Amino acid sequence: MTGPDRAVLFEQAVLPHLNAAYNLARWLTRNPDDAADVVQEAYLRALRYFDGFAGEDGKAWLLSIVRHTCFTWLRRNRPAELAPLPEEREDGGGHGIDPDDPETLTLAARDRALLNRLIAALPPEFREVVVLRELEELSYREIAAIAAIPVGTVMSRLARARARLRSDWRRLCQAETKHGA
Amino acid sequence: MEHEEVRALAGAWLDREVDPLAQGEIEAHLAGCAACRAAVDGARGFSAAIRAEAEYFEAPPALVARLAAASRPALPARPAPRRMAAWRPLALAASALLAVVLAGGIGYFSSLGGPQDPLVQDVVDGHVRSLQAEHLIDIASSDQHTVKPWFDGRLDAAPPVRDLTTEGFPLVGGRLDYLDGKSVAALVYRHRQHPINLFVAPLGTSGAGPALATTRQGYNVRHWVAGDMSFWLVSDLEMTELAALEALLRRP
Repeated sequence: MTGPDRAVLFEQAVLPHLNAAYNLARWLTRNPDDAADVVQEAYLRALRYFDGFAGEDGKAWLLSIVRHTCFTWLRRNRPAELAPLPEEREDGGGHGIDPDDPETLTLAARDRALLNRLIAALPPEFREVVVLRELEELSYREIAAIAAIPVGTVMSRLARARARLRSDWRRLCQAETKHGA
Repeated sequence: MEHEEVRALAGAWLDREVDPLAQGEIEAHLAGCAACRAAVDGARGFSAAIRAEAEYFEAPPALVARLAAASRPALPARPAPRRMAAWRPLALAASALLAVVLAGGIGYFSSLGGPQDPLVQDVVDGHVRSLQAEHLIDIASSDQHTVKPWFDGRLDAAPPVRDLTTEGFPLVGGRLDYLDGKSVAALVYRHRQHPINLFVAPLGTSGAGPALATTRQGYNVRHWVAGDMSFWLVSDLEMTELAALEALLRRP
């Protein structure tokens, strides 16, 4: 592939997914400047390796590079955030959904700022599956390919991330109610 | 299927990610279990809340423009060579006019299609080229006494070189580059991991004109003249930070 053709094909494959790339990087770095730097680095890396792109799914391909660049950045700049995840059963019992007062949960979920803070406080490995599933609406298989983990791990991380969000949510809501009373 | 198992798989079931066998069993259980149904509704509502309320961060336009520019290295062919003589009188006239209008001494203006436009483009192109070709520096050194002599044998007039590490702008190195078709010195600084190019050319060869601050393709560009040298700063840093660097470089 020569210059102009290659540039055009590359832009067609990648440019439409810059929002998804930036959103993932922004959630993982939690900072706009760092997110822009990471996306730029990932973009230039994608440009360099574009000949290895078989043309199947530009979004998943770009996101896998962004994801890899983010975790490299985290290892270098925020190593403390990459502590090993707690063992499956150490973070509050089962990771299934909770039968406790679902109504309150749904109604109170209108508190946007709090919900965003809770997602931002998740470990990066949980945060990425939540962002890719809930905000990008990707399938477990696509998320597995992007994060380079088995589909079963996507399923369990997502369940754990959601369980943790819900229990944090409930705890904070109860704390607020007590304060208010 | 027991309550516990149904609740463990409920998230995946809501995502339509369980196999058909498990799906049948979960649905059969839910049909006869109000407690699990309510729990599933709660989980569905929570997911919906995340989708509706979690921030979706869109890529800033300046970033998109920067990246779009970076992927087009070979495009397009350069326009015909520009003649300095044609625009310099215009630039001088413009600066004289500005000096009159802006009695406060604000010597900068944004060039929109102004006479220096092609040079601004040259400067931005040079910056982008230096980033993507991984040819940011020929001589890597933060020591101004190493970088300056390196230019001596390579250019008619070596640029002034100043390390500004203590001021937050470490010198990274230098390389030869081109501006308006002529060899010029490019000094590379860094600030908060952002690379900054400083092009320096002797007056009379390239790039003289009124002082200028402008934005092109998401990059901020500043230009000024000091002594018998013409200076061009370019980076994706904020304009205020670039102005701070300019002030440091212009210190006597």
